[in-house]
Amino acid sequence: MNDRDDFQHLDERERRLLSSRDTPLKRSLRRFLRHRMAVIGALVLLILGLTSLGAPIIAPYDPAEVDVTAIKKPPSSAHLLGTDYAGRDVLSRLIWGGRVSLSVGLVAAGIAVAIGTVIGLISGFSGRWVDFWLQRLTDVVMTIPTFIIVITLVAVLGPSIFNIMFVIGIFGWTGTCRLVRGETLSMRERDFVMASRCIGASPLRIMFRHILPNVIAPVIVAGTFLIAGAILSEAGLSFLGLGVRMPTATWGNMLTNAQSITVLESMPWLWLPPGLLITAVVLSINFLGDALRDALDPRLLNR
Amino acid sequence: MLRYIVRRLLISIPVLLGITMITFAAYNLAPGDPISAMIDPSVPVAPEVLEKMKEDLGLNKPVYVRYVIWLKEALRGNLGYAYNSSTPVLKKIGDRLPATLALTTSAMLLAIGLGVPLGVYSALRQYSALDYVLTFFAFVAVSIPAFFFALGIIYIFSVRLGLFPVQGLRDPDAANQVLDFLRHLALPATALGLERIAGFQRYTRSAVLEVLGQDYMTTARAKGLPERTVLWRHGFRNALISMITILSLNIPGLFGGAFVIEWIFSWPGMGQLAVSSVNMRDYPTLMGIALIGSTLVLLSNLLADILYAIADPRIRYT
Repeated sequence: MNDRDDFQHLDERERRLLSSRDTPLKRSLRRFLRHRMAVIGALVLLILGLTSLGAPIIAPYDPAEVDVTAIKKPPSSAHLLGTDYAGRDVLSRLIWGGRVSLSVGLVAAGIAVAIGTVIGLISGFSGRWVDFWLQRLTDVVMTIPTFIIVITLVAVLGPSIFNIMFVIGIFGWTGTCRLVRGETLSMRERDFVMASRCIGASPLRIMFRHILPNVIAPVIVAGTFLIAGAILSEAGLSFLGLGVRMPTATWGNMLTNAQSITVLESMPWLWLPPGLLITAVVLSINFLGDALRDALDPRLLNR
Repeated sequence: MLRYIVRRLLISIPVLLGITMITFAAYNLAPGDPISAMIDPSVPVAPEVLEKMKEDLGLNKPVYVRYVIWLKEALRGNLGYAYNSSTPVLKKIGDRLPATLALTTSAMLLAIGLGVPLGVYSALRQYSALDYVLTFFAFVAVSIPAFFFALGIIYIFSVRLGLFPVQGLRDPDAANQVLDFLRHLALPATALGLERIAGFQRYTRSAVLEVLGQDYMTTARAKGLPERTVLWRHGFRNALISMITILSLNIPGLFGGAFVIEWIFSWPGMGQLAVSSVNMRDYPTLMGIALIGSTLVLLSNLLADILYAIADPRIRYT
């Protein structure tokens, strides 16, 4: 839910300094951290995305199948990552859980990006009082302690996958909105917008056919970080038992039983794999987003 | 300045009204009502008695009338009573408030105390090996779920090494109560602070880099000021300004994060109360938490804005 724009740190001047103070070691370190990490990240995401899609074929067991003869068994050849307190296969639950976690991330971020883009476009393009009030609305949503409202809505609407997506999505749009508004403000004054006005294009057409394609690059980058944030939010809510409930597996609710010290102490196969997977996915998305920002930001083109 | 503060406080009022309206409406749409929670389902109750109970509690009035009544009472400091308990909501929250404030404040202090110096270092030694290590650390710190990190440090430092207590606020038998409290605070504050340490490291780095390129820095050097004065008096102070904005943007997330961390560490704060109230569907308590939590966030934001004005004399509030 937080704005995850923590990495807007490379500007043109930095890049100039970069070339002037370069050494081979630093250059390789930099390449390793910038692009190679993003490539590895993309690969990790591709693999996890494919295993999630192919869950019915790949998962060795039914994720909800209870096996009373194999409860809390450590990893073995039959159950590669052991079994949980109901004898369910942890690996299969991880594979199926990925479907939930990844789709919640994608859909929630999609909702947030859609709302933010539309409000930002209207706000930036209309100007005057429409802009003023839409920006005040954004201010208010930004100051709302989101988690309190999210918990409220989840308590009332009930913890289903769809509700989680919806609730995370409708409070995450403010950053995108500000971004799109800013870009739209500068696009509005360009000649091509004037030209479309002259040939009588409707405001809606100008906004969505002419301005939107020009502001889409930063929106994609912001959307990437929103996916990472949404995955973390879903995991946090499900971990607290306020998100997606058992027996549906998500990476977040698989960690719930690690709240007991016995599980934490002696059954690491129950809580380490889902936690590491969430970290790996979010890290990959963040690396990817950072690389996308470098690649897509037109202001960084002349480096 | 005073006028600015007053105006900001006045702007906060509609925000608070909005938040309480949303939560109030939400709770009234929720399935189940307090009457069914009060009566024993195995004993048949005449419909007239149910009607009478509803009337006594004012539940037959329309939602907006009930909201106005709730608001009136809230302004008098009466937030009602928790379901199935005779404790007033205000007292329940008041008991939890100090623990939450202690946790969030220490996490923030940790984030600033570690994040800012590291960020300054990264900016001054840009593209050094340590700068890269810190960048990588920051990526990991914002990517790891706070609750997973919390479980990890509990596993390492409490379960394996036995250095810190697993959970709770304090141990009444401990000889030195202050030290004992700090030992209890260490792990939750670290878990809540981690993401923000990384955040402040990144923001400070870019803020300082931005300032280093400004003309007034060259001017300060050109007029022969010692490097230390240039960096701290001219550089750091200007970098500070953009960092205060980040501080206020971080506050809602800080309180949100505290919900999860308090739950894991059984830290008796508002977040833990909120999560257990959701599980018990205790709506009066949740309303109170929404109101007081939002007020806290708005007040902290105001505080950050006042700091902003103090740090930057160019800002004139009218």
